[in-house]
Amino acid sequence: MKKPRFRGRAVTALMLAACWLAPLSARAVQPDEILPDPKLETRARDLSAQLRCMVCQNQSIDDSNAELARDLRVLVRERLKAGDSDDAIRTYLVQRYGDFILLKPPFKAETLALWGAPLVILLAGGAAIFLGARRRRVAVLEPGALSEPEAVRLKTLLDGEAPSS
Amino acid sequence: MIVETGHYALVLALALALVNSVLPIWGAAIGDRRLMALAPSLALASFGFIAYSYFALTYAHVTSDFSLVNVVENSHSLKPLLYKISGVWGNHEGSMLLWVLVLAIFAAAVALFSTNMPEDLRANTLAVQSWISAAFLLFILLTSNPFARLQVPPIEGKDLNPLLQDPGLAIHPPLLYLGYVGLSITYSFAAGALITGRIDAVFARLVRPWTLLAWVCLTLGIAMGSYWAYYTLGWGGFWFWDPVENASLMPWLAATALIHCTLVMEKREALKIWTIFLSILAFSLSLIGTFLVRSGVLTSVHTFAADPMRGVFILVILVLFIGGSLALFAARAGGLKPGGLFAPISREGSLVLNNLLLTTSCATVFVGTLYPLALEGLTGEKISVGAPFFNLTFVPLFLPLFILMPLGQCLAWKRGDLLAAAQRLTYAIGAGLIVTLALAAWRGGPALSVILCGVAAYVILGSFADVGRRLFAGGASPAAAGRRLIGLPRQAFGSAFAHAGMGVTLLGLAATGWGAERITSLRPGESVEVGPYQLTLEDVSARQGPNYSERFGRVTVRSGGVVKAAIEPAMRAYPTRKMNRAEAGIATLGLGQVYMSIAEVAPDGKLDARIYWKPLVALIWLGSLIMAFGGALSLSDLRLRVGVGRRARRAAAANPLPAE
Repeated sequence: MKKPRFRGRAVTALMLAACWLAPLSARAVQPDEILPDPKLETRARDLSAQLRCMVCQNQSIDDSNAELARDLRVLVRERLKAGDSDDAIRTYLVQRYGDFILLKPPFKAETLALWGAPLVILLAGGAAIFLGARRRRVAVLEPGALSEPEAVRLKTLLDGEAPSS
Repeated sequence: MIVETGHYALVLALALALVNSVLPIWGAAIGDRRLMALAPSLALASFGFIAYSYFALTYAHVTSDFSLVNVVENSHSLKPLLYKISGVWGNHEGSMLLWVLVLAIFAAAVALFSTNMPEDLRANTLAVQSWISAAFLLFILLTSNPFARLQVPPIEGKDLNPLLQDPGLAIHPPLLYLGYVGLSITYSFAAGALITGRIDAVFARLVRPWTLLAWVCLTLGIAMGSYWAYYTLGWGGFWFWDPVENASLMPWLAATALIHCTLVMEKREALKIWTIFLSILAFSLSLIGTFLVRSGVLTSVHTFAADPMRGVFILVILVLFIGGSLALFAARAGGLKPGGLFAPISREGSLVLNNLLLTTSCATVFVGTLYPLALEGLTGEKISVGAPFFNLTFVPLFLPLFILMPLGQCLAWKRGDLLAAAQRLTYAIGAGLIVTLALAAWRGGPALSVILCGVAAYVILGSFADVGRRLFAGGASPAAAGRRLIGLPRQAFGSAFAHAGMGVTLLGLAATGWGAERITSLRPGESVEVGPYQLTLEDVSARQGPNYSERFGRVTVRSGGVVKAAIEPAMRAYPTRKMNRAEAGIATLGLGQVYMSIAEVAPDGKLDARIYWKPLVALIWLGSLIMAFGGALSLSDLRLRVGVGRRARRAAAANPLPAE
């Protein structure tokens, strides 16, 4: 659903509004930010798409209209011009802002369950299906013992007498 | 006065829902047919009251009754009529009212149309639906009253959020709600069947049309929302893995799985426990979605207000309904007898694999969406889980489904032959390979896009392989095939179209790899190239809308000197809310789009613009329309089939067999 509605008085809401509604003239990546070197610029764009705009909800700095996102975009480009590697820039930003800035969470103890979940669920589901299928086969092919009335009825049938009921 | 009667009608609806929660279920338990027969009439009456209440709120919005808090906060006398009507659900209180209205619509539909189902099951189902209604009516009346009055009414309202002043608001939320609140009825059916204690193929047959209906609406709702985001947010993205988008994707995935497994249950009486579980799960995910959106637990752009009372209330509803149904499930599921057997390589087997992949991808979205919340709650550490995570986990889980889709359809029930199925798909597989190789040889581009285009071609053609085989079986002539066409169940075409639609969407997604983007400043008279087109900014001017003013550029799109289209990207300013909104200029050329969005005009007369060429992008949404069409086709077949037994009996009565 795309249904934002902001309370003017809430500061966070105002900051969020900045991401989507461009209250100033700021926009996601502007012409004056673009680096002359297309290779560096491509790297800048790829990096920006992986960095979270800190005042937005789930938006990358590449997409965000917020002022802070612009500052970060400019910062990333300055670092690139200074010759930093992508990893060095990421590390630098994580030191400043924490893991929160990475849209792709780092692989570590706290995120083990996050990254492991898809595989574990897939394997557990597969195992459950396999075991379930085997149990079902056993249950259907080897029905349980007859109940007492059934046994009596079977006996009468086998003895060749017509059932009484 | 109308407002007060609307409020009162809501209270009456709650009273009726409470009565309907108890009496029919009691009647079913003691076998009292009169008590059971109350359920449909009460459901209809309750629907009437809620509909009236909804009308009353709409009336207040349309007449700009600024003595209502809800109207003041979200309306403006100058707002166009369309947005006065759709603005009713463009806010928390109104959208919750729409929520219960949809609940009531589905209950009323069951009361009217499901006349051939077992009495006790119907009574129990409608009673469970009433529990949900009662809970949410109570929520509205206690925490989110849309009819609250103001002591001193202001002269003018605060207007609706500019982003919402769009035709998208008129279509997207109602469709989405019909979809994900519509899943409530499958939940009620499941809970009703568990209470009744009879779970067989009849259940699958009863629940399938409702699931399909909800699925069709949900598919359209999600697609519509994605297109809306695409053209209003100004940078041409259409899916952001935003928690709120995920909240609607999860029920969609569960409903898709449910549609497929009811097929197995209906045909073969297998997977009963799983079908019931999925029915509960699908609506539980809708409830979780509602909680995520309404409680403000995610400081999302979608959250209306961070009111803890509301959050806790919905959380209680959530725990009661999910916990209660799972407890009931645990108590009853053990007693279910296993159904028909099938080999691993069979239609059933492929549908089980489909369900495994769909539920795993659903679980992945679930974990990805809630993990940051859980981690912050437990350790205080803040992390972000964004698009890169989902692209790395969800996409690999979902892609095998595309390979499986045509293959599964070509497998026989009970025991299939994989090789024979693959043989039937020779053309589709061949076409896929040719597309891939041809693109790689002549077009180039990202490897993933090239491969996915091939997969898409395989899915689109392969989806019709089963139907084609049935039409031309035994080397039938086209004329004979035409005759068979009429006889073939529509459901076969439904699934073919739904699957092909998936393939079409995939093609649109794959083609994004060939898109072009330009970010530049333009002066009037200047041109810029993007993809195969040249765009010229003719001039920039301003105009006045009903409740906004806008500055827009006139842009001509040319290809090889020939004018192809004219677009007017604009930046609107809404004075009441002091907010701006970009209105992208979009020209659809073939199946691709030229997309241009502009910022403010700089003091030196330059216009900052983002311009995209997006080849085949329309296919993304066209594909969802085809999917929904397939679902609707299947649904129309089911509706006819309900009467089959009756017609057969009538035929038998008309021509009694000659006695021997």
